[in-house]
Amino acid sequence: MLPSVLWQLQGEECDVGIFVDKNTRIVVQGITGREGRFHALRMRDYNPETVVAGVTPGRGGQDVEGIPVFDTVSEAVKQCGANTSCIFVPSRAARDAVVEAFASGIELVVCITEGIPTLDVIDMLDKAKNGGQGLRVIGPNCPGIITVGEVSCGIMPTQIFRPGPVGVISRSGTLTYEVVSLLSARGIGQSTCIGIGGDPVIGTSFVHCLEAFEEDDATSAVVLIGEIGGRDEEEAASFISNMTKPVVAFVSGRTAPPGKRMGHAGAIVSGSMGTAESKVKAFGEAGVPVADTVNEIVDLVAGLLTDVKMPM
Amino acid sequence: MKLHEYQAKEIMRRYGIPTPKGQVAQTPDEAYRIASELEGHVVVKAQVHVGGRGKAGGISVVKSPEEAKEAASRILGMNIKGLTVRKVLVEQAVEAEDEYYLGVTIDRSRKAIVIIASSEGGVDIEEVAAKTPEKISKVRSTPKEGFMPWQARALALSAGFDRRCIPQVGAYFSYLFRLFVENDAELAEINPLMLTEDGRVIAADAKITLDDNALFRHPEYAELWEAEGDDPLEQEARRRGLTYVKLNGDIGVIGNGAGLVMATIDAIKAEGGEAANFLDIGGGARAEVVQNALELILMDKDVKAILINVFGGITRCDEVAQGLIKAIESVDLDLPVVVRLVGTREKEGRALLSGTSVVAADTMVDAAKRIVAIARGGM
Repeated sequence: MLPSVLWQLQGEECDVGIFVDKNTRIVVQGITGREGRFHALRMRDYNPETVVAGVTPGRGGQDVEGIPVFDTVSEAVKQCGANTSCIFVPSRAARDAVVEAFASGIELVVCITEGIPTLDVIDMLDKAKNGGQGLRVIGPNCPGIITVGEVSCGIMPTQIFRPGPVGVISRSGTLTYEVVSLLSARGIGQSTCIGIGGDPVIGTSFVHCLEAFEEDDATSAVVLIGEIGGRDEEEAASFISNMTKPVVAFVSGRTAPPGKRMGHAGAIVSGSMGTAESKVKAFGEAGVPVADTVNEIVDLVAGLLTDVKMPM
Repeated sequence: MKLHEYQAKEIMRRYGIPTPKGQVAQTPDEAYRIASELEGHVVVKAQVHVGGRGKAGGISVVKSPEEAKEAASRILGMNIKGLTVRKVLVEQAVEAEDEYYLGVTIDRSRKAIVIIASSEGGVDIEEVAAKTPEKISKVRSTPKEGFMPWQARALALSAGFDRRCIPQVGAYFSYLFRLFVENDAELAEINPLMLTEDGRVIAADAKITLDDNALFRHPEYAELWEAEGDDPLEQEARRRGLTYVKLNGDIGVIGNGAGLVMATIDAIKAEGGEAANFLDIGGGARAEVVQNALELILMDKDVKAILINVFGGITRCDEVAQGLIKAIESVDLDLPVVVRLVGTREKEGRALLSGTSVVAADTMVDAAKRIVAIARGGM
């Protein structure tokens, strides 16, 4: 019997996942835009309790298929109890939106917006005191987060997930869906799946997620999907060597030429920095199995799960 | 966006950072004229977006306007690491007693701006960091915190700069930080900062890279945008607003999401093929974007087969399919196409494509296998 099936038998008693759960109450900033509206409704479809409000300055008093729209985040917090914001505003308005969210009492901001100037990101994380007093930014330029069966906050296609013991962390969006689909097809479910974002500077790094998964009773193994650029994977590797839970890693962009920005603002090999070799080597030294293909990720996870003691 | 040295120096001068006297020239005659207005030794420097100009023969120190003209005619048109030199900077050579490094860039891990000083100027700072890390001093800051001259003086002292120049370095370094923030740079670097015999400092070489995502705040830089040296297809992609990188193979790749496209390229390689490009149609890509992408791929004469790998999240498969059908109708498509389409509205997307000639694949690995087989078979 696959352990994920075992897990499902015990499922009811587990407090599932990290950062978001069934008590998450989402305000969608930019809800009247094309993408904001589309995805707010999909998030509500996943769990109607979790999407409580939207914000678009100047559109207060309207509603999006029954979701009340406010002019400010503060009103959404006071009147609807929002504690999490999902941001779809245009890139030039994103810094303002993130700082407004925290100033209004929001604890977790999931910033979907792509193309925010890096200095705006640094400034908004600084002003928002990201990481202090339980405050957290996921993203920007990310697909969001889903705790399977409880809440989706972002743009992930929810139909590909199934409940189970594997935590997934990734710098990519669509590549994550690819891996999750393969896991689900093999009968391996997921606890929480987080897209941390493809920008050079992001609020929540691999290490933050690994720390949380290590503490999460519902997670017994983690899949980490990295890519070229930066040192986040190297730092993750050194953290994993002290974890009790097994991690399987994948590094995208192994054949990417140096000096070229591969789509993500953060996916660039500069000089000797950020190469796939360096990341694969760091994982290897930390004893983390590295998959060469997306299919191999699933094989490695399946192999691990049969050895792993399941959450009680 | 990388700026040329002469452009970076213009900006630095605006911020009060001294640079050698000089001007940019596009012809040997211009180089002669500029050099004749300078005294003593003159340096002629190729303006290309690549390091190692000196080693490649793109920098020449000369003694007269005639020699400057000769040097310019040799350097202009020269090919340095695949880039053609179209401009040279002709400027006063500086006698240096010592050379330092000043840099401001982004520290990704610490989510901050990092300010770097080293007493080892004029060489690759990465090499210094690797071989003699004790010769590098760093501090971190944010746009909100700023970087005051006293902090700059302390940093320069700890990096081992000559005491005589500390007051000036303090001022110029804080200007460099202000320049970095006000212009939304990714990198602002003076290497080397030269210390002259009389104790003055001067920026002998300068490098600035601007954040593309912030260019909307800086319309003044639109005219500095030079596609010079880029691959013609990359230039066309930029005109079309597509995220595209030219690669060396024969399989055209279109996908959504940078990670997925990179992984697709890796998968093609793993199957023994070689991608012709990286092309990410991005999140929320609409029908016309897909059509636009396919048209661009078809301009690449190296492409023998096309793999389209779309996993819908923010991108809807029906829109991708519509774009594909429009593109196939609008261009004379005689190349084999393998499409892998899953995710949001995939049933609608697949239904739309079922009446066309494209080969459908279920998984990325399956798609990579099929396209490599097709590309091989076609050769």
